[in-house]
Amino acid sequence: MELTQPHSHNPASEIARQKRAEVVGGGHSFGSMTDKIAAIVLTSKTPIGWFAGFGLAFTLMALGLGSIGALLFLGTGVWGVNVPVGWGFAIINFVWWIGIGHAGTLISAILLLLRQQWRMSISRFAEAMTLFAVACALLFPILHTGRPWLAAYWLLPYPNTMALMPQFRSPLLWDVFAVSTYGTVSLLFWYVGLIPDFGNLRDKAKGFARYIYGFLSLGWRGSAIHWHRYETASLLLAGLATPLVLSVHTVVSFDFSVSVIPGWHATIFPPYFVAGAIYSGFAMVLTIAIPLRKFYGLEDFITMRHLQNMAKVMLATGLIVAYGYAMEAFYGWYSANQYERYMIWNRMTGPYWWAYAALIFCNGLMPQTLWFKKLRSNVSFLFFMSIIVNIGMWLERFVIVVTSLHRDFLPSSWGMYVPTVFDWALFVGTIGLFSTLLFLFIRFLPMIAIFEMRTILPATKEPSPEGTAVQS
Amino acid sequence: MDSNRFEHLDLAAVRAKLSSERGPRFWRSLDELAGTKAFEDFLHREFPRFASEWDSGDSGRRKFLQVAGASIALAGLTACTRQPAEKIVPYVKAPEDIVPGKPLFFATSVSMNGVGAGVLAESHMGRPTKIEGNPEHPGSLGAADVFAQASVLQLYDPDRSQTVLKYGEIATWSAFQTDVAELRKSLQGRRGAGLRILTETVTSPTLASEIEGILALYPEAKWAQYDPTGPHGARLGSQAAFGEIVGYHFNVAAAKVILAVDSDFLTSGPGSVRYAREFADGRRVRGGNYQMNRLYAVESTPSNTGGKADHRWAMKPSDIGPFLAALARELGIDTGSLSPGQAPSWLKPLADDLKANAGASLIVVGDEQPAAVHALAHAINVTLGNAGRTVIYRQPLEARPADQVGALKQLVADMESGSVEVLLIVGGNPVYNAPADLNFSAALDKVRMRLHWGLYNDETAERCQWHIPGTHALEAWGDVRAYDGTVTLVQPLIEPLYKGKSEFEFLSAFGEQAEKRSYDAVRAYWQKQRPGADFEAWWRKVVHDGLVADTAPAARAVALRAGWQSGLTFSGAGNGLEIIFRPDPTVFDGRFANNGWLQELPKPLTKTTWDNVVLLSVRTAERLGLRAQDEVQLHLGGKVVAGAPVWILPGHADDCATVHLGYGRARAGQVGTGIGFNVYPLRTSDALGGISGLEIRKTGGKVTVACTAEHWSMEGRHLVRQGTIEDFRAHPEHPAFVHAVAHDPPPEFSFYPEHKYDGYAWGMAIDLNACNGCNACIVACQAENNIPVVGKDQVDRGREMQWLRVDRYFEGDLDNPRVHHQPLPCQQCENAPCEVVCPVAATVHSDEGLNDMVYNRCVGTRYCSNNCPYKVRRFNFYLYADFVTEVTKMQRNPDVSIRSRGVMEKCTYCVQRINQARIDSKREDRDVRDGEIVTACQQTCPTQAIAFGDINNPESRVAKLKKEQLNYGILTDLNTRPRTTYLASLRNPNPAIPDTAAKV
Repeated sequence: MELTQPHSHNPASEIARQKRAEVVGGGHSFGSMTDKIAAIVLTSKTPIGWFAGFGLAFTLMALGLGSIGALLFLGTGVWGVNVPVGWGFAIINFVWWIGIGHAGTLISAILLLLRQQWRMSISRFAEAMTLFAVACALLFPILHTGRPWLAAYWLLPYPNTMALMPQFRSPLLWDVFAVSTYGTVSLLFWYVGLIPDFGNLRDKAKGFARYIYGFLSLGWRGSAIHWHRYETASLLLAGLATPLVLSVHTVVSFDFSVSVIPGWHATIFPPYFVAGAIYSGFAMVLTIAIPLRKFYGLEDFITMRHLQNMAKVMLATGLIVAYGYAMEAFYGWYSANQYERYMIWNRMTGPYWWAYAALIFCNGLMPQTLWFKKLRSNVSFLFFMSIIVNIGMWLERFVIVVTSLHRDFLPSSWGMYVPTVFDWALFVGTIGLFSTLLFLFIRFLPMIAIFEMRTILPATKEPSPEGTAVQS
Repeated sequence: MDSNRFEHLDLAAVRAKLSSERGPRFWRSLDELAGTKAFEDFLHREFPRFASEWDSGDSGRRKFLQVAGASIALAGLTACTRQPAEKIVPYVKAPEDIVPGKPLFFATSVSMNGVGAGVLAESHMGRPTKIEGNPEHPGSLGAADVFAQASVLQLYDPDRSQTVLKYGEIATWSAFQTDVAELRKSLQGRRGAGLRILTETVTSPTLASEIEGILALYPEAKWAQYDPTGPHGARLGSQAAFGEIVGYHFNVAAAKVILAVDSDFLTSGPGSVRYAREFADGRRVRGGNYQMNRLYAVESTPSNTGGKADHRWAMKPSDIGPFLAALARELGIDTGSLSPGQAPSWLKPLADDLKANAGASLIVVGDEQPAAVHALAHAINVTLGNAGRTVIYRQPLEARPADQVGALKQLVADMESGSVEVLLIVGGNPVYNAPADLNFSAALDKVRMRLHWGLYNDETAERCQWHIPGTHALEAWGDVRAYDGTVTLVQPLIEPLYKGKSEFEFLSAFGEQAEKRSYDAVRAYWQKQRPGADFEAWWRKVVHDGLVADTAPAARAVALRAGWQSGLTFSGAGNGLEIIFRPDPTVFDGRFANNGWLQELPKPLTKTTWDNVVLLSVRTAERLGLRAQDEVQLHLGGKVVAGAPVWILPGHADDCATVHLGYGRARAGQVGTGIGFNVYPLRTSDALGGISGLEIRKTGGKVTVACTAEHWSMEGRHLVRQGTIEDFRAHPEHPAFVHAVAHDPPPEFSFYPEHKYDGYAWGMAIDLNACNGCNACIVACQAENNIPVVGKDQVDRGREMQWLRVDRYFEGDLDNPRVHHQPLPCQQCENAPCEVVCPVAATVHSDEGLNDMVYNRCVGTRYCSNNCPYKVRRFNFYLYADFVTEVTKMQRNPDVSIRSRGVMEKCTYCVQRINQARIDSKREDRDVRDGEIVTACQQTCPTQAIAFGDINNPESRVAKLKKEQLNYGILTDLNTRPRTTYLASLRNPNPAIPDTAAKV
């Protein structure tokens, strides 16, 4: 089905071609694109850099496993948590990872429904990133409990001889449902999206890999009926996933806002958390996309238009997050509640002032640079910004969890939270786990949806610009 | 298990045997398979040894009777029971036999510095588990202080000396007796010349008579008593004032105006439990009675007593004597050479107040003050007519009242000169705690034969040829005098755990008679005192009550000696800072260094644990450029103590530093060795209370001090509410200071339906006006609820486990603030924030309003703790409970589960006691009576600040207290509706004296 590069004559289609060229560059044909993307997976030569990166990631993951071992063997005490700060790195990291896990589904589901074609090249690895982030996040709620071997199933409403059900009034239980649903739907969505590409890889792969991709492709033959069902399933899952994007972080924010603790007990939390999640999710997509397109030469597929669009989303959500900070401070003052007032004052000037100051710098000031097109189109700067935002969003959770708890109502119980080496090791370990999974992903699965990318190639569009037919 | 068992097995034969079997053949062990003799025996006998003697063939009538007799005897013994054979009488009622699960209470006594506290020891199946106050004892009235309560942990201390030691090697008691017999012969030949006995203060009539007996046997022998923190200055002060050593105690109930001069009479020292009760009773404002006593305090080191004072002034030690002299002059007393200091503006109103209440006023001087200050106080008390009214003068408690420091000096001088051949050290740890200038340790080397009797193989035991492990107060009989002289009986609850010997047994080795058991000694002594035929009945009553009634010496009249002022001087201010030595509020003089409960008990004012510190005032610390936890060296008189951390305590007097004794032990045990710094090397015999000339040098290092409440201020939150009695009298129906915040939200504010309480509804009221922050409730809770000790590192990380804490806040002026104490158990909220957030429903509301914690269900998310506005929940971050040490397991309360790792826990309102009362009431088909349930904290509270009961019953004490206008809950604006409420505290300031803790 090789088609030759078409050339156009009329100015309107010329403009349309240029616009599309921002989403796919380099004058690719179906074949060249498929080869380019599939070659990363099917090549027998794994780049040295991959091994270096994977080795580093795996080492960090092993460090995290060591930390988990110490935790299970010795107890929660290896962490820095105490009374009053009963939650520390575990919950901070949980919320942070869950937030990062928002971008993938948002890109795939919501932008799919909104027919934003620019999403196609980044949706696959954004979804993968979501899954991996959710996997990292899921570690924490279980590990942070005092008895993880019981928490692993006692939080589930299973019939038992004690006739005991979980406490349905507890936000932690809502978390269990919200996160597990989100994880499941994200996994399904990602996998369903991969099926046509598995079929493609099966056809191209040689040797044993053929069987694996063949198995994973679930008998995909690319028939019209397959495509029809695939499209329906994708839409259905997108429809299912869309409310989940909003609900997951809303429910996670309930962990805090349902409590009575000043600094947690705030009605603004759900929207502010969701915006923050998308903000950090896009930052993480940038953090991954920029090196990827560089090392694998994917500038044609992940173009400046993608990067700029993501920067715009970051700017928009960053503004919502900054609004949230402003409102928190405003509520503290306007509520005339001495505990709220003290809380916000303590955040700004107390022992953890540096965290709050750094947070405002990362999430309040720095995103404003994205108003400038010059900076938005500077790849290095965008990478730097994405790191800043990731740090900022982690600090946000640190500020929320630690500074609210460490000084609540009774000054006699006030304390400090100092993370231990095990806290750090587990945090770094989850970054290692995330990166390890990501390295495996880019090595063994097509990181860009090949079949989707074809739909936006000029070759697809030119003959029938209004058509949405997909070819395989 | 026989380790060689497998060698006897013929495995080939086993295999053959197995192969010859048909059908399924289950086997339990290789022994069984092999059909060994050992296995046959095992099958045959449920209890492998002797149990089936019966079948041995030659069983006749005799044998039957033997075995039957033995089994009857054995049936009387319950597992783990080590009941002493002598007759002991349970306190409440004597059941036919021990009912498993039902504790028995025995009246006994534990003593400190020779003064006994009347206590009841709770015994579960023969194991003493908890110490409570003896309600019939005048010194206790049902309450007990931290030391008495924690002594039960000392009983089970695995580091206690467990065997007789000779030159540090394990020896036997009979070898000791043989050695002593030799010694005795040589001593008797010399009429006892060269024999010295060094004891702690002895008030015990029996022990004193035993020692006197030995002294009679060896007329040249001498007896010295020494307690490092005894009332040395007080003894000399009374001698100066009255010409002889006179004992005295206070009748605080009769005092309307009290001046505490560097005295913490409410929470430390003999009688403090009783004084605290009487003082609190004099301040309870209920039902239209607005009478309150008034307390003035002048002190260098902030104390609990100073915290309760209506007026408190910080004063450095060298100013205290001159101040009291000025007061005496103001009261018209000739102070002679004791020159008064500059009179502060409030001196005259204070003197007027004392004069106006002549006969109902009281000057109390701290034990550590020098003789001159004590003499001045006696002069004032006598002049004001307080003698016999608020100060009861009587015979001293000691069997041989003497200047202990002088006697110890004499002893050491004799040791130095080589004239001491044999030294018996009966209790005490002089190598560690004798005054540094005496150089006791060096002198000890010159004594040929040194014998030590004590609970621990401590610094002194190490230096003695013989060490005899002593018995704990709960292991042997004895008697001791209480604060007012009442003889209090010490009865054992358990056979010595570690083969310890009582001091009677130890001393009787030197006597002429055969070894004397403590029971025989005490009983024989009292039989001699009371020869009548009704002795047996009388004895039973004494043992039951725990005290010998009417043995308190009668009050006696005293008259000031003419020229009492002569020869007295104040310790003058010298160069440098003044150092103040005080016994530690938790480990005392060091004897409790190995007691985890006390080490981890936050010191009442600093809330530090596991360490002693150098206390400085804010201003002095600023002047010296020191901050909390800075490591410093203390230089005094050529001696240096290093590694001391600084701690800043608002309200401390300027230009002086307080250090607590009892730390830096070299041989305390695995808990207490090497903790803190030892200040005894700075403490000399002429300045046991303190001296000037201290230099503090900063090393630049830091010493971490584990503190449970580093924040000082209430941050303007209305947690402790306090007003003056005048405010209350002016607005009895709606005192503004109680209703400082907006009224509580109405019940319908809650999202969830109301709980219904048809039966009981348990509630608690804590009277902050009575509470003086003595910590007794914390130790009671720890003992009752099996609360583990977590250690310094964990406390420093904010993981202390005490269910009940006493919050301390400072208010007002940084240099002389008001101090507030607020006991904080679980508030048992009606709308408990913890309950709704637990995902596994491990903390649930009971139908009696308790917030129950289900340990087995808890997975440890810690969400409940986060959401608890009172932060009363405690989490087992590690496996804190000791599941390993066998002996400490015996202390545990069997009615309370031991919590394992990863589980949340908290105050239950002593639900085990509630359930016990409920069971009792159901069996008798009645409701639980008011007062039938007493929580552990309530039981031991010296001031009866805590009331507990059914708030559904309007007649209950707690319901009535909750109706008082002073009643309030904390953080009620969160709609938590706590079941624990507080009664605001009141002050009774002298209107003629401006507020000493002006608000900032």
